[in-house]
Amino acid sequence: MSEFNFELTKEIELLRLVTVGSVDDGKSTLIGRLLVDTKGAFEDQLMAVRKKKGTRHVSSAAEVDLAMLTDGLSAEREQGITIDVAYRYFATPKRKFIMADCPGHEQYTRNMVTGSSTANAAIILVDARHGVLPQTKRHTHILGLLGMPHLIVAINKMDLVDYDQATFENIRKDMEDYCAKQGIKDLICIPMSALTGDMVTVRGDKMDWYKGDTLLETLESMSVLDDLDKQSFRMPVQLVNRPQTADLPDYRGFMGTIASGTVKVGDAVMVVPSGKTSTVKDIVTFDGKLEEAFALQSITLTLNDEIDVSRGDMLIHDGEAVEAKKMLTANVCWIGDEDLENRNKYIIKHACSELKVLVDHIDYKTDIHTLNHEPSDRLAMNEIGQVTFKLQQALVFDSYADNRSTGSFIVIDSFTNNTVGAGMIV
Amino acid sequence: MSQHKLTQLKALEAESIQIIREVVAQFRNPVMLYSVGKDSSVLVHLARKAFYPAPLPFSLLHVDTGYKFKEMYEFRDAFCKEIGADLIVRRNEDAIAKGMNPKEFGVARCCGALKTSGLLDALEEGGYDAAFGGARRDEERSRAKERVFSMRDEFGQWDPKNQRPELWSLYNGRIHDGESVRVFPISNWTEMDIWSYIRDEGIPIVPLYFAKERPMIERGNMLIPYYEENKDQLLEGEKPTMVMSRFRTLGCSPCTGAVRSDATNMDEIVIEAAAARRSERETRIIDHGSNSMEDKKKEGYF
Repeated sequence: MSEFNFELTKEIELLRLVTVGSVDDGKSTLIGRLLVDTKGAFEDQLMAVRKKKGTRHVSSAAEVDLAMLTDGLSAEREQGITIDVAYRYFATPKRKFIMADCPGHEQYTRNMVTGSSTANAAIILVDARHGVLPQTKRHTHILGLLGMPHLIVAINKMDLVDYDQATFENIRKDMEDYCAKQGIKDLICIPMSALTGDMVTVRGDKMDWYKGDTLLETLESMSVLDDLDKQSFRMPVQLVNRPQTADLPDYRGFMGTIASGTVKVGDAVMVVPSGKTSTVKDIVTFDGKLEEAFALQSITLTLNDEIDVSRGDMLIHDGEAVEAKKMLTANVCWIGDEDLENRNKYIIKHACSELKVLVDHIDYKTDIHTLNHEPSDRLAMNEIGQVTFKLQQALVFDSYADNRSTGSFIVIDSFTNNTVGAGMIV
Repeated sequence: MSQHKLTQLKALEAESIQIIREVVAQFRNPVMLYSVGKDSSVLVHLARKAFYPAPLPFSLLHVDTGYKFKEMYEFRDAFCKEIGADLIVRRNEDAIAKGMNPKEFGVARCCGALKTSGLLDALEEGGYDAAFGGARRDEERSRAKERVFSMRDEFGQWDPKNQRPELWSLYNGRIHDGESVRVFPISNWTEMDIWSYIRDEGIPIVPLYFAKERPMIERGNMLIPYYEENKDQLLEGEKPTMVMSRFRTLGCSPCTGAVRSDATNMDEIVIEAAAARRSERETRIIDHGSNSMEDKKKEGYF
């Protein structure tokens, strides 16, 4: 075994992925191959789902029933269906991947939105024999709405079209044309055969005409550098820490995860919506005070002035012009059993605040097949539309395109307490 | 690499801290389940980071079966004292008095009485509306489908087919009276992440995790730790031998196996974890048999 390099393990980055596909496009085989080839599945787990009971070792994805490996619930195995998003983990020396595996059939909107909400990149599967299907377009449309930064199109089952370059190029052109309309800029199409493994983790020798990277190389090398740290500073206040202990009688720390931007000691900050201002005294962490903190770090800030700050407020840089608004328009994916209807009241959770809202009107419903906008007074489960809400109190928010954290919210049914909608602010 | 980029372990850490803080913000009376194992050590460490410089704003609850290794009890008491944590220990005294044990009653019944019932009783007694647990999605296939905020009904039971969708990092902790939530802040950590983080952060763990010559009963593929007090665990023809070994996961002594290993320090453990070809749950008897984890979770096991 080669020398283990502890320093290198500290450089490993995290990439959150979502995989989507239609029934029978080979998604399980592809995921299985990634797990087996990167050793993301253990031998005893593979042995438990091997096809031939006599097999002593399992060395390839083809030898195991991969759906059994991934369908974790007994109801799923009994019915041969995948009910829910499953999360899988694999790593290479360069990156760790968290993959949300979304079932492709029933309730795909709900599952796709859930699985995609935290992902930085999506793998969408296309069967080379069938090309771009209506379902592929629907999935791509939803990924576009969700603002997926990177999209990889895995053009699978190339072995069944004799590894034909023209077939691949046609599908690539279709996808590029469609994505351009959706505003998806970063698109990579890779021809592959999950069954034989060609272009998944190894190049193989059948598709020398393709000069790009394998799927795994692409996943390892694609830019995960978001520009979150370059955006305006946003820190929703999650909790106010007032230990009031003998050592810390007057300590008041504002705890939160930085949604975007950076903050430095001494920076002038404003609390919204109140508009009160102060300067940053300390950036406190268990590992010592920081001079500067940046997006996605969970920190505690102390301020130089005693101003009123509580959960649900947001800290931003002083001088930035933001406005608290009482109306909000968003693309809404409805995931509740009962329809969203005009004039209904709900609770929304946005960053760290919860507030009552009223459906002011439904701007339109998107026909998921044609993508046409049509008038509607309701949204049923798995439907998507643009909805305008009236808010109980003024709220500071961003557009989802600008900021995924401060531009998203969930809709909660106040009677059942269930999460019934996902909102992306326009 | 940009200086404003978190390494993957730091990204996981930040996510976990956010989850832990969110529970304290949303719930009236949370408690942290503490099982003394490595995942619990990481969980408690993350909680300390979340609220620093304040002390932990909740108690640690150890649901003790009475069958833990003695090294675990010693470690638990010393560790909680050192970090100033408020430790609550609860046991299902009725079942213990009746002599509940896995050998006579079977593993499923023993776990049901000492762990699941013990836990549900302790949660009810404390009136806790949220309980943190150190379960990870990579551990076992039913756990791969578990939410970070996992709703439980009045009986503490899990309904895997009817889980709330969980979007972005917006956790919906709204519950009705009597319901409660189990929260898993280290859902996205793998075994490798846990070991690497313990190494990087210098987090204290039970010494049984480090390899040493220990008396073991070799039974099939299992290495069962032997203690003088429990001579009756020897089957006919068995005798203990000294084996260089350690534990990858710690549970109850009658039901947890060791693995052969020479890893005596954290560097060696991380290297061993990186090369491991078999899952850590393999040494836990409770997981064997069809659906056992899912069934136990539905009943209220953590």
